[in-house]
Amino acid sequence: MTPEDMDLLAALGRARAGVRVETEKPYLVESRLSPLARREGYDSIDALIAALRAKREDRLIWAVVEALCRSDTAFFRGREAFAQLRDEVLPALSHRRSEAPIRLWSAACATGQEVYSLAIAANEATTLATGTRFEFFGSDLSERSLEKAQAGIYTQFEVQRGLPIRMLIKYFENQDDTWAISPRIRQMVRWKRINLLSDLSVMGRFDVILLRGVLRNMDASLRAKVVQALVALLPADGVLALDPEDDVSEFDDVLTAAPGGAGIYLRDPSVRVAAAA
Amino acid sequence: MKTCLVVDDSRVIRKVARRVLEDIGFEIAEAADGMEALAWCRAAMPDAVLLDWNMPVMNGIDFLRQLRREPGGATPKVVFCTVENGPDHIRAAIEAGADEYIMKPFDGDIIEAKFAEAGLL
Repeated sequence: MTPEDMDLLAALGRARAGVRVETEKPYLVESRLSPLARREGYDSIDALIAALRAKREDRLIWAVVEALCRSDTAFFRGREAFAQLRDEVLPALSHRRSEAPIRLWSAACATGQEVYSLAIAANEATTLATGTRFEFFGSDLSERSLEKAQAGIYTQFEVQRGLPIRMLIKYFENQDDTWAISPRIRQMVRWKRINLLSDLSVMGRFDVILLRGVLRNMDASLRAKVVQALVALLPADGVLALDPEDDVSEFDDVLTAAPGGAGIYLRDPSVRVAAAA
Repeated sequence: MKTCLVVDDSRVIRKVARRVLEDIGFEIAEAADGMEALAWCRAAMPDAVLLDWNMPVMNGIDFLRQLRREPGGATPKVVFCTVENGPDHIRAAIEAGADEYIMKPFDGDIIEAKFAEAGLL
């Protein structure tokens, strides 16, 4: 790949998805593009990029952008956040909602581990109000990731990253060398391809939104726009979960960190995260 | 320093596991079967046991059931590490008192993640 190739990829990532392509790590870019090049029938990444320049075909451009944006994921990544959701946030919300379901959205769900972790955490919460209903929603930029997420079938390696063995046995079914999330959990989740740069106001209200593994790679000029668009969907007692290491100094006028340092942020600091004892 | 007893009849597996566990700060003892492992535990109870299932003399599940009956035997965190990857084996291990379960093949990341899950890190 030439420096011009890198510039092209960086420009596409920025324009289409607001993602900062790590041009200083060519090996990383190559490792993401080489499976795509193979799948599309090109001999090399160079041939793929040449075709990209020659054809300017929208489908291929998106395939490249999706491959560049692919993020690493695992079950219960950032374990403390899921514990806090299970033990504090969801019980508190459930006691404040009487009829309405609690709506949760994993806004960059990749291959689905995060949404299923959310669903498991909600199912494991013990102090919910009776009759609490949940609606889970998973979205990602990558159609391929969503297909895998929706299938809910994981390799032995994947289920050993972050998933406690008791949760594996309780919520998954073994099929040969793979593990499938139980239909009961899978049917609780709805999926959609969503570009976070698009108009998010059509999404409706969400009580809990997870935006993890995103901001750190997002173009600085777009971070505030996306966070503000998501915060606008939260009710006063809603929460946004980011990565604990995300820099939130740009958003401290709209978000307040919940105690615990797990990356959970409150829209309204006067609403307590935990249920009243 | 925390101690971990690595129990596996394969010298290669013991060596791989030793390297991973030493990197995350454990002092390692090795045993080639359940009986040898019990002798270790009776002499000095480790903080953790990484345990194979299929071994000669005494297998992993029999060792675990015996360990949990020994004085002080409830304390060590026991992490199975085996090719037996079916739900029945996993359930039996949990019932016998295993804290976590690794399905072979494994890598360093999986050992580290599972030890964290068991509260060892």
